Amino acid sequence: MAYPPEYKYTKEHEWIAVEGETGTIGITDFAQNSLGDIVFVELPKAGSTLTAGKTFGTVESVKAVSDLYAPVSGAIVAVNDELATAPEKVNSNPHGSWMVKVTLTNPAELAGLLSAADYEKFVAEEQ
Amino acid sequence: MSSKDIRKAGTHISQNEGLIFEHSSPGKKAFRLRELDVPSVDAASELGSMLRTDPAPLPEVSEVEIVRHFTRLSTWNYAVDHGMYPLGSCTMKYNPRVNEAVARLDGIAGAHPYQPDEISQGALRIMKALSDQLIEITGMDAITLQPAAGAHGELTGILLMRAYLESQGNPRKRVLIPDSAHGTNPATAAMVGYEVENLRSNERGMVDLAALEAQMNDEVAGLMLTNPNTLGIFDEQIAKIAEILHRKGGLLYMDGANMNALVAKARPGDFGVDVMHLNLHKTFSTPHGGGGPGSGPVACKRHLEPFLPKPVIAEENGELRLDYDRPHSIGRVRAFFGNFGMFVRALAYIMANGPDGLRQTTEDAVLNANYVRKQLEGTFELPYSTPTMHETVFSDKLQSKLGLRTGDIAKRLIDYGFHPYTVSFPMVVNGAMMIEPTESEPLEELDLFIDAMKAIAREAIEEPELVKNAPHSTRLQRLDETAAARKPVLRWKPEEK
Amino acid sequence: MRYLPKSPAERRQMLDAIGANSIDELFAPIPAEFRLNHELNIPRQMAESEIVEWFRARAAENGSGYQMLLGAGAYNHYRPLVIDSLISRGEWFTAYTPYQPEIAQGTLQAIFEFQTMICELTGMEVANASMYDGSTAAAEAVMMAMRITGRHHGILARSVHPEYREVIATYAKYQGLPLSEVAFTENGRVDLAALDAAITDQTACVLIQSPNFFGTIEDVAAVAEVVHAKGALLVVSIAEALSLAIVRPPAEADIVSMEAQSFGVPLSYGGPYAGVIATREKFIRQIPGRLAGQTVDRNGKRGFVLTLSTREQHIRREKATSNICTNQALVALMVNIYLDVYGREGLRGLAEQNLAKAAYARKALGARGKLLFEGAPRFNEFVLQTAEDSCELSHRLADKHKIVGGLPLRKFYPELGNAAVWCATELTSREAIDTAASEISQAPAGGHAPAAGSAALPDLAGSEVKR
Repeated sequence: MAYPPEYKYTKEHEWIAVEGETGTIGITDFAQNSLGDIVFVELPKAGSTLTAGKTFGTVESVKAVSDLYAPVSGAIVAVNDELATAPEKVNSNPHGSWMVKVTLTNPAELAGLLSAADYEKFVAEEQ
Repeated sequence: MSSKDIRKAGTHISQNEGLIFEHSSPGKKAFRLRELDVPSVDAASELGSMLRTDPAPLPEVSEVEIVRHFTRLSTWNYAVDHGMYPLGSCTMKYNPRVNEAVARLDGIAGAHPYQPDEISQGALRIMKALSDQLIEITGMDAITLQPAAGAHGELTGILLMRAYLESQGNPRKRVLIPDSAHGTNPATAAMVGYEVENLRSNERGMVDLAALEAQMNDEVAGLMLTNPNTLGIFDEQIAKIAEILHRKGGLLYMDGANMNALVAKARPGDFGVDVMHLNLHKTFSTPHGGGGPGSGPVACKRHLEPFLPKPVIAEENGELRLDYDRPHSIGRVRAFFGNFGMFVRALAYIMANGPDGLRQTTEDAVLNANYVRKQLEGTFELPYSTPTMHETVFSDKLQSKLGLRTGDIAKRLIDYGFHPYTVSFPMVVNGAMMIEPTESEPLEELDLFIDAMKAIAREAIEEPELVKNAPHSTRLQRLDETAAARKPVLRWKPEEK
Repeated sequence: MRYLPKSPAERRQMLDAIGANSIDELFAPIPAEFRLNHELNIPRQMAESEIVEWFRARAAENGSGYQMLLGAGAYNHYRPLVIDSLISRGEWFTAYTPYQPEIAQGTLQAIFEFQTMICELTGMEVANASMYDGSTAAAEAVMMAMRITGRHHGILARSVHPEYREVIATYAKYQGLPLSEVAFTENGRVDLAALDAAITDQTACVLIQSPNFFGTIEDVAAVAEVVHAKGALLVVSIAEALSLAIVRPPAEADIVSMEAQSFGVPLSYGGPYAGVIATREKFIRQIPGRLAGQTVDRNGKRGFVLTLSTREQHIRREKATSNICTNQALVALMVNIYLDVYGREGLRGLAEQNLAKAAYARKALGARGKLLFEGAPRFNEFVLQTAEDSCELSHRLADKHKIVGGLPLRKFYPELGNAAVWCATELTSREAIDTAASEISQAPAGGHAPAAGSAALPDLAGSEVKR
């Protein structure tokens, strides 16, 4: 699966799509593939804050749990409730299944993230 | 499928059986109550508004159906009585029958934990004898039998460590845990309010001493070590490890899960361990029972003795009693005294062996594991060339190139009549295959296991689909664990009419 | 040695295959200074008949054949013979944890049935596959409430089993969970006004036991109202599981932690028993311990697997809901069989018999002492105050009449003086009750009444759960 060029990526396999001040966050195809069938996504409530580099939730498969790391700092304005009942969407459409939307408090943090090309290279090296 | 080549197991008819609720029908019964020798009472008058108006809809079945139900279900299980469980660090050894018989003696099975001490001398004598003998086996100074299982024992042990360090003025903040450790170790440390810090292993599979020296300081309470570790490797640096910890005021906790490599050959108390737990359901032959009960006694050195859970057993003029006067005790980790039924069994096991039997047991356990290792070397990748003791870890590296992982090989082993080895653990080995035969395995069973593993390695090349989709011969094939986790169904419900 | 299936020739053959000259070579990884060069100092190897004789002698020292009038967290009920007959099958008791479901469907289905019946009995929506016992189940339930609410304070009713409270204190100490206690009133129930005052916005849960340590059935609904009004969770602990057959289940509880020992588990001097945690579906991800779930295999056939394992230590490690690994599976199997034997009608009938025996015992013993906490209903236990010291009475009953009497309460509740908690079950004979009553020396006129806030009498045994 190709990594959308307009997204930015973290080394912990999250993606973020930025429009104005709002960032939409999810996990990459590499992440969902490593985890296997996702059974549960644990996300914070709207209104809580993200701190760049810190964990903000978890993704569970049958045999593993992975922490979600915030790519940026910000206030959570929306949480994707669909994932509570249909976590499998993350497997079938990882780059389209968003988890949280945030209002960025420090857009400069984006500069430290990977481009699609760099992320793809990073993933190839991991494997 | 080439089942004609499988020597250990065939297929035969097994009975189908539904849930017990599906046999239920009002009016069927499996009981008859005794006659009352006192006047009956009206429940409604006695209980008033606290009366339960709709009894729980428990099954109504006959004794015949109960016996059939649980007999049929039992035939769907693999068990030690069928054959080997090569599970690493589980020590699935034979569960002796004399253990079961003595545990069921009236005065033992029927003893109430709160009955007066003067009519509990038998129970207390059993606990004292087991305590003394486990102290001798471990080379420690004192022991508690209270913890109900290994993890519970770990909790108790770390609580003892913390209490001791507090008494020395600084409980400290962190516990070091090797990357090869069992999951209960970090989970336990967290329950006692300690942060967990990972300790690297070196390329020989032993503790990286330089890392230990660097990471050990006065904020570290100590190290939780399994020795031999989950790779089956005895850390020969153990004296140095203990020295580093002690020099900086810390303690050495030993997870005793792998004692089957040490009993009567070496004693943790001699090589610097301050506190350790034992698993009676591993090393000391008490049965696994489908997942418990276990028992996790904790043995310690003198300096930790004041902090032991209370009560402890005291002896005065030949009379045993329970001593609650323990001002420094960490308190209780459970009600009553521990899984007493397992004490009886473990003691019977030690008595049946004696010192020579225990030594021979450990020697056979290590012999069996080394034999399997030798015979499978070359067929599977051996990640560490270091000598191993009662268990050994291979990896699926060679087979993964063919698209097959440790889990697939394990499932195919079922078709060969064995329970799988431990899959994907320890985490330091990618695609781990952890094998512990125990001393209970005859040479014949070991050879059947070795042949099966070699056959599967061949199948991986010649007929990979057989391995990928295994098991084929069981009542049920691979179960959908994803669906079970996404939409959990954790109880039966009567159908809506 | 008879558990070792090797001949000397086979050992030799295996050493040759390994390329070792002697077994000692295989122990070379252990530094020489630590290798034992002598046998352990334990008694010699014994023949099976010698082992049986030794344990028979211990059993005899333990006073078998005594009549039990003692409960207090461990109950003497009849164990149907089919239980031991069935669980003695090697496929049950020598099987491992059902991590490989294809060859463990027996164990998994039995656990699933167990979970179902616990739900039916407690009125909860989901139950786990067992905890170590009632005391640790209570401690884990309190930890669970802390995780769910994010709050860090727990309240325990003083009428909860004293040893359960001790265990909770041990678990809570390092979890940053301060605990408070709430007193009981003259009727033996939790003091609601005191409870209301004690709950803060930091209280995660309130733990009560029902029937409590005195045998008194708590007004769970009333307690729940007070607890929920302040946003805390209600945990109800149950020690005498048989009560659920006839007493209203604690439907208002958020978490039920119980001891299932009454259901076909031998007294066995305190263990192994089987704890359980049951709760509402919304708390499912916070429940500790194993869970068996229903699913299908690739051919659509119904089967069972351990599920939601990501809560557990082997995956989540330091972030696990608990460190529990081994549980009490075989004991849960005993419970399953027991509940099937008695079933809906039998369990009810059995509970009615317990009520009848306890009522008779209360009357007979009550005529010789003072019954406490009479203002609220009870199941099969009650508290009696006597003129003489309860410990002395207890010794005399055991020595003279082979009766195990009520548990003296002074060491746990010094203010109750010469009080003991007694139990009568379907196995307690009328004769034993009459004998016990006759042995109690007559109470002087006036008796003693427990006054809330009365000065505590000196603590004899030196152990108490102090806050």
